[in-house]
Amino acid sequence: MTYETIIGLEVHCQLLTASKIFCGCRTRFGDPPNTNVCPICLGMPGSLPVLNRTAVDYAIRAALTLDCDIRPRSIFARKNYFYPDLPKGYQISMYDQPLAVGGHLDIEAGGARRRIGITRIHMEEDAGDLRSPEEAHAYYSALRNLLVDIGVTDGNMEEGSLRCDANVSLRPKGQAAFGTKAELKNLNSFRFVQKALEYEIRRQTQLLDAGQRVAQETRLYDSEEDKTYTMRSKEEAHDYRYFPEPDLLPLLVEKEWIEEVRKSLPAKLLSQRREEYITAYGLLAQVATTLTSSQPMADYFEATATAAGDHKAAANWISGEVLARMKEGGFDIVVLKSKLPPERLGGLIARVKDGTVSGSTGKEVLETILRTGQDPDEVIRSSGLAQVSDEGALEEAIEKVVAASPGQLAQYKAGKTTLLGYFVGQVLKATGGKANPALVNRLLKERLDR
Amino acid sequence: MTDPSRATIAELRDLVVSGRMSASEICKAHLGRTRAVDDRVKAYRSVLERQALAEADAVDRARRESRPLGPLAGVPIAVKDVLCTQGTPTTCGSRILENFVPYYDATCVARLREAGAVIIGKTNMDEFAMGSSTENSAFEVTRNPWDLTRVPGGSSGGSAAAVAAGMVPAALGTDTGGSIRQPAALCGVPGLKPTYGRVSRYGLVAFASSLDQAGPFGRTVADVARILQVIAGHDPLDSTSAPEPVPDYLGGLERGIAGLRIGVPKEYFPAGLDAEVHGSVRAALAAAERLGASIDEVSLPHTEYAIPTYYIIATAEASSNLARYDGVRYGLRAAGAPDIAQLFRKTRNAGFGAEVKRRIMLGTYVLSSGYYDAYYLKGQKVRTLIRRDFEDAFRRVDLLITPTTPSAAFRIGEKVDDPLAMYLSDIFTVTINLAGLPGMSIPCGLTRDGLPIGAQIIGPRFGEDVVLRAAAALEGAMQFRDRHPPLPR
Ligand SMILES: [Zn+2]
Repeated sequence: MTYETIIGLEVHCQLLTASKIFCGCRTRFGDPPNTNVCPICLGMPGSLPVLNRTAVDYAIRAALTLDCDIRPRSIFARKNYFYPDLPKGYQISMYDQPLAVGGHLDIEAGGARRRIGITRIHMEEDAGDLRSPEEAHAYYSALRNLLVDIGVTDGNMEEGSLRCDANVSLRPKGQAAFGTKAELKNLNSFRFVQKALEYEIRRQTQLLDAGQRVAQETRLYDSEEDKTYTMRSKEEAHDYRYFPEPDLLPLLVEKEWIEEVRKSLPAKLLSQRREEYITAYGLLAQVATTLTSSQPMADYFEATATAAGDHKAAANWISGEVLARMKEGGFDIVVLKSKLPPERLGGLIARVKDGTVSGSTGKEVLETILRTGQDPDEVIRSSGLAQVSDEGALEEAIEKVVAASPGQLAQYKAGKTTLLGYFVGQVLKATGGKANPALVNRLLKERLDR
Repeated sequence: MTDPSRATIAELRDLVVSGRMSASEICKAHLGRTRAVDDRVKAYRSVLERQALAEADAVDRARRESRPLGPLAGVPIAVKDVLCTQGTPTTCGSRILENFVPYYDATCVARLREAGAVIIGKTNMDEFAMGSSTENSAFEVTRNPWDLTRVPGGSSGGSAAAVAAGMVPAALGTDTGGSIRQPAALCGVPGLKPTYGRVSRYGLVAFASSLDQAGPFGRTVADVARILQVIAGHDPLDSTSAPEPVPDYLGGLERGIAGLRIGVPKEYFPAGLDAEVHGSVRAALAAAERLGASIDEVSLPHTEYAIPTYYIIATAEASSNLARYDGVRYGLRAAGAPDIAQLFRKTRNAGFGAEVKRRIMLGTYVLSSGYYDAYYLKGQKVRTLIRRDFEDAFRRVDLLITPTTPSAAFRIGEKVDDPLAMYLSDIFTVTINLAGLPGMSIPCGLTRDGLPIGAQIIGPRFGEDVVLRAAAALEGAMQFRDRHPPLPR
């Protein structure tokens, strides 16, 4: 039987606020345990939560970027359950009145574009509706990139800044009712999300094909074995006994607050910039993706392109030569900007374009700039790397080469025009590699065909 | 010379400021009184003798060095054991917190200290403030100073009894459904539950977060006003504390009751009301009329739903608030648990008393899926109706006056096995918490058996100033201040 897969993701994202959401303690990963604590986050008797406004700012940012409808009034709720790491015996969350609802995110998966709906955002989670593990992977990584783009999270999965739970159900094609869903936990990388879902779909397909039922349960993904295991069944499922958190007032978000946050968003999202690079500048999708890996990278590209007067050339240089140097040297975009300001790189690209130096010489100049911090024109001048583009000088060299190769000239005249390459090589050799190859080509052709 | 165990805060502060008596002497006098009577009354969980004397000493030093003295300089104050006091045990009357020592002060306690008060002890209470007699304390039963065979009321029974017995001039209690006003009435002292949000709840160990409020007991209405002045006001650590400015409570006290419109809600004078209670409250109303107030009957039609509504909302919140006592971080930890689930179960089973367990179960039930709409949600709706009853009434009148309790102090053990009868002793007080209003009990007479009777004065939101004004006028008219419990001097 063929089945249709329905996947929902619940993405938990740690906001980049300096202090925790309900107390003044810092939120630095890697500090020794129990150093950033106070009576409030320890849930000591008599302590009360106080909402951090910056956390709300960030949540509004995410909501605006994902085109969600931000509610003027939302309510924090207590989610009650016992757990050793849950000091109060409940988690402050949002339940039936979340901060924002009804957004979407566009993704590309398997060559197709899909708009994935977002049911809701509250202070810590989003949920979407997807049809394949590949889409889930694409959605999760697109969402991560977006949240990093707008500066609300560092998106670091090793440190747990971003987590994801997924639920998946199958239904026979054509059936309207959803099948029983299983919830998957412990999906702490993009690859695991996809692999766990693939495994789970295989498992459910086998069960259904054998006429068995899928149990409603929570399953844990084991990445070593690439399998999912039962964590708890529905009978053990929690009744979280949600109720409005009486220690916090309803969260009121006025229009002014939303507008204030809107002003702090980047002028253009990376996904928009990427789109623009492909359509307006004709860049390859892969190159455009590389150049929009972050806002500073895209800014760097655009500044370089302006200085070079050529977007395509700037794109090729950055995604090729420059990126290779960054990987080699192990430095990031911030360091790159100080070592090789975009104006300097743009200047170099312009010199290659106008033929002052050849492409391969340009790479040498780039090395030198990165090493010495010199200006490209200065490097070219001081090291005599400039190409010979003086037609008189080149014609002189060409005459010498032609005179020294009578046999080749005769063969060329007899129709073996591929010998042009031989002559070009000889002229370049004679000029110590500094001759402008395009110019040599043209002048030689004129001379030989005469 | 003034007997410090009967002096008012103003008199005590005058003694300190003028140098006629040192804060240390005043502290010692109250400690002496406590030693003399508390083995019978059992108002205190812990008497902080050494610490209190050090604090009194600091006040005396400040005076000698001519540094400014706070409005409560050298005044001993007792604090209910549900309010966190830095460095001293805060048990909440429970085994589960028997050894819990917070490293922070509740905001209201910190404000008392800043005002120069001397925290003299922590008072006994029903476990986690759940009860109306102090019999639910895991440690001891506090006795009513007027009749040691009777309860002082609860849950702030220790604070009320300590003030009534002359062991301390003022005390803090907390009130979730009547826990200040009911013991105040039964012990014959003034006690005020402020508007919800008037006093910070930071450091008040939560029973029911949307109802809990700390407030003062005093020897006089003016003393209550003085304490409220110090503890009231917004606290950034409590999001539900109100930003409204705090008026000058003391300055308004002399303005009297003349011209005020007083409402008498007919639902609070049911047919079966104790005749002596009825008579005393009517006498108070007559006094108010003589002093120039007008009396009108009003109706609060949803009053009959108050007790069930209260027990749904309060227990729901309690079931969640008390989840943190699991033996992991502080307080009691049961020995010999093989795993974490067993640790939780054994700790909570051993640490909580019967009434607390009953309420946790009730609260868990009303929040459970399938029952939430029928109980919790409906309870919230009725709460809104009750609040509207009061809003409607306060469009017509300035204050309401009712009995504080349906009867005077009952005997120890009388209702302990009948939870419902116990719950009904809060029948006139819980509505005020549900509506978030200020309410105060003042003594208005004695029964033939010599037991105090309390009248409850209810004001509109943030109307503590009017409530206190009327209370001061009635206090003068009722002449109760010369009556003292029959304890040895
Ligand atoms: Zn903290």
